Amino acid sequence: MDFGPYLLLASMEGAVQAAVLALMALGLSLVFGVMRVVNIAHGEFFMLGAVLAWWFTSLVGGHPAFGFALALIGAPLIVGLVAVAADLLVLKRLDYDPERTIVATIGLLYIIQQLALEFYGPDARPVAAPFSWRIDLPWFGYSGYKLFVIAAAVVIMLGVWALLTRTRIGLVMRATQFDSETAQAFGIPVGRVYTMVFGLGAMLAALAAVLIVPIQQAHYLMGGDPLLLSFIVVIIGGLGSLRGTVVAAVLIGMSDGIISVFFSPTLAKILATLLVALVLVYRPTGLFGTRTA
Amino acid sequence: MARKTTQIQTPAARARSRRSVLKGLAATGGALAGAQALPGLVPYIQAQSSAPIKIGFQVHRTGIGAAYGRWYDRTTTAAARVINEAGGINGRPIEIITEDDGTDPKRGAEVVEKFATLHGCDIAFGTLFSHVVIGSSPRAGELKIPYFVVSEGHHVASGMLNRYTLQPGITDVKSQVQAMAPFVHDNLGRKVTMIFPDFAFGHDHRDYFSAALEKLGGEVVAKIAIPPTESSFTRYFPKIPRDTEVIYHVMVGPAVLTFVKELGEFFGSSRPELFGFIDSLEAVDIATPGLEFLEGSYFWEGNPRYAGANPSEHDSFYRAQVGVDADGASLDDPKDVSTYAHMWGCWETLHVVKAGMEAAGYQGIGDRAALIEAVEAMTDLPHGRAHPQGAKLFNGKTHQVFGHQYISKVGGGRMTLAHTTSIEDTFYPDEVDYTTQPF
Repeated sequence: MDFGPYLLLASMEGAVQAAVLALMALGLSLVFGVMRVVNIAHGEFFMLGAVLAWWFTSLVGGHPAFGFALALIGAPLIVGLVAVAADLLVLKRLDYDPERTIVATIGLLYIIQQLALEFYGPDARPVAAPFSWRIDLPWFGYSGYKLFVIAAAVVIMLGVWALLTRTRIGLVMRATQFDSETAQAFGIPVGRVYTMVFGLGAMLAALAAVLIVPIQQAHYLMGGDPLLLSFIVVIIGGLGSLRGTVVAAVLIGMSDGIISVFFSPTLAKILATLLVALVLVYRPTGLFGTRTA
Repeated sequence: MARKTTQIQTPAARARSRRSVLKGLAATGGALAGAQALPGLVPYIQAQSSAPIKIGFQVHRTGIGAAYGRWYDRTTTAAARVINEAGGINGRPIEIITEDDGTDPKRGAEVVEKFATLHGCDIAFGTLFSHVVIGSSPRAGELKIPYFVVSEGHHVASGMLNRYTLQPGITDVKSQVQAMAPFVHDNLGRKVTMIFPDFAFGHDHRDYFSAALEKLGGEVVAKIAIPPTESSFTRYFPKIPRDTEVIYHVMVGPAVLTFVKELGEFFGSSRPELFGFIDSLEAVDIATPGLEFLEGSYFWEGNPRYAGANPSEHDSFYRAQVGVDADGASLDDPKDVSTYAHMWGCWETLHVVKAGMEAAGYQGIGDRAALIEAVEAMTDLPHGRAHPQGAKLFNGKTHQVFGHQYISKVGGGRMTLAHTTSIEDTFYPDEVDYTTQPF
């Protein structure tokens, strides 16, 4: 294949990856920024979103778009509720202690994964895309749905941005992130904000999963790779910095796509991990981080 | 173009198989084997023990091999039931003790250890993925427990493993791909791009198919290795050279459907010829939306998923016992498509174990070496209820069985048998003689 179309394909693949990664990492970064909790179970919320998307689409007959629309609303809601329950039952009782919450979320990871294995089973199950439009470029064909994923991710990210900067809830979240003690002194119910943020973070992971599942299929082990990449993104972007997270997601997603196509996917992972090491050594706060944890 | 090989057993073959059984008896020696040959005396010998023969079944219940594991489990359960209903082995029932290996080599070795030490199994049996077999086999050798694998990998016949590891119930990749090369070369094209999973099983495909094709004058123009845990494939496809006439694909793991769908999106209607190993779509319905581009393409099948117009009575019997319909799906749920091209290996392996134990007059774990010698003495395995996939020839030196291979063509959202190879098409020179290794 010639260089031009080759690069185009690589960029498109990279953009799909970046879009999904940005959503997922945004959730992780939000939880860390506001709550100072490193959520190891974030990948399992992603997996749970995909599994629920399969369940919702299998409930509805007719055109696949109906089932997909239902999944797009239902799956994040349920995952959000699961996260809220986890927050109230586990994290709150640990007083959001950074070290103990890491251990607790590792436990949560195994619980969710094993429950999925028990009730959903070990199979990879396909979810039909809401539409099967194929773009026929002169050099290669491309799935129209993948372009839809990019657009949808951008819309959702704009929504999150609007929520944080344009609404009262967002103001309260930002205040809690800035200084939770002072926020509490001003009468902000910090405990409830934490619960809400944890739920919101999980919902973003679930949304990313619903978008990706018509491309990748739902499988109980699918949470591992996205979790690793999200951590890479969040560390490079700066823990807690949402702007940094999005920039780093685009950087990592695009470079992963392009390096994978031109060289090998393994090399892409090696370079991303190397970048994390360099960032940790030379700029521990990340590209956009302002203060240390 | 189809070269049909008849599977009718000739009197000579029957005589040969009787001779092979006698050879197995001779190997065990002594009065025990002599008594075994006289049916009237059998009950008295059995009286020594009527406890079940314990067969440790190492299965991919979880991990990337789970779809295969589910069907290996069903096939094994059905085979054990059929054997027990017919009187078991030497009059003793068999008991299947199942352990999940998680499609993981380390856990695989632990499972073999559990069979030998904790459960007191007579033999270990069952697993598929080559890296699990390669990880487990050395432990089986150390523990001196016969390990009957249903794996397809060439690692048994290559001499990489040990005398305790045998593959009498499924053919190996080297013989399969070698038998496919002439068909691909003569009917589809000479410039082939191979796409395969990046571990031992895929490397067998890469090495032996390209060697076989080059011998015929064809050329493998690109070899694209994909990690078996990969979930996105489009980025690999630009590496397919322009002048490719045939894409040879074999993929495993939970993302196989994604792989084939993305291949279709990439090429659309202007695709090169496709020749796939059914592994790429094992446990997946051929009529799934997005797979229409496969129409007219060919697949290797270890055993044809669709029964077709004239299934053998043995295949029909086997199908019914396992609970699979004429389209290769579960009788209970037509959406639950079987791994029909592979799972027959469990059925046939258990029947070989039965024949081996009976020939060896197997009584308990003290007779494990005699069991292996009895299996090594086997040669012809005629088409029948014990071998519903077709007639086979076992090579005791390499511990590997050889059999017919099937090529099916996709049409109308299903597959139809297009070509059957002879057993001789799959032969290659021996690379090891396990019988010279001490027990």
